[in-house]
Amino acid sequence: MIVQSLAFYVFSAILVASGVMVISARNPVHSVLYLILAFFQAAGLCVLMGAEFLAMILIIVYVGAVAVLFLFVVMMLDINFRELRSGFLQYLPIGGLIGFILLAELAVVLGAWIVAPGAAAQVAAPAPPIDQVTNTHALGMLIYTHYVYLFQAAGIVLLIAMVGAIVLTLRQREGVRKQNIAEQLARRREDAVVIRKVPTGGGI
Amino acid sequence: MDIGLGHYLTVAAILFTLGVFGIFLNRKNVIIILMSVEMMLLAVNLNLIAFSVYLNDLVGQVFSLIILTVAAAEAAIGLAILVVYFRNRGSIRVEDINLMRG
Repeated sequence: MIVQSLAFYVFSAILVASGVMVISARNPVHSVLYLILAFFQAAGLCVLMGAEFLAMILIIVYVGAVAVLFLFVVMMLDINFRELRSGFLQYLPIGGLIGFILLAELAVVLGAWIVAPGAAAQVAAPAPPIDQVTNTHALGMLIYTHYVYLFQAAGIVLLIAMVGAIVLTLRQREGVRKQNIAEQLARRREDAVVIRKVPTGGGI
Repeated sequence: MDIGLGHYLTVAAILFTLGVFGIFLNRKNVIIILMSVEMMLLAVNLNLIAFSVYLNDLVGQVFSLIILTVAAAEAAIGLAILVVYFRNRGSIRVEDINLMRG
């Protein structure tokens, strides 16, 4: 039990610290790297809670896809980040105020919160005991049966996001010599070769 | 000391607040704002998973998966818009994004 507590405190301390660094790092590349660190710590917390599948998905999706995408965009765009940071301290008071208010509200909610007496009876899909069915297995049995439409909808969301991103960033550039295969294949001999009678000494 | 639901909720609340704070702090940098949004979504995910484990109900984890999907889609679309915007204007200052104001 002491190991669990220790792991929780280590994970959450690094999570909060890297969260602070994400929003305050001078270099956006460092921000992205701290974001990756934060995702790893969150995955550790998920493992600690017993949600192994989500922990692995968190690493695969967030670190493998989202964070790399961020890194790619940060490095690809030629942005003067020093100029973008210029109003940093100007927004500190209002941001701090709103953050403090939000945190205080959440603390009030957490302090006054109790579990509803009927909550245990409302469980939609009780998790099977972990020594018989693993978390991934149980989640799979749930997703592919009761929540198959939700699963498909998630797939459609991803498909639309992919199509949207491609449509947004695809551009037809002027003045680029590109191979047009259809035009090449449609070319016939008559279009390309002309037989001329050359008069002697006249030239063409 | 036993680690319970309240501990996880506290961490998630702090992370969410950091996300909101980051949006206000980096008003000019859209990339950091998007990262802050990702952090807020991560906090929400942690909340859902904590409650799912606490109530022994797997549906919370299913919902968390859906949020993960939406977060990935949001990041992809947001960064694509950012790239197109940068290509057109040569900067990503948030204050410059007022083309629709008329």
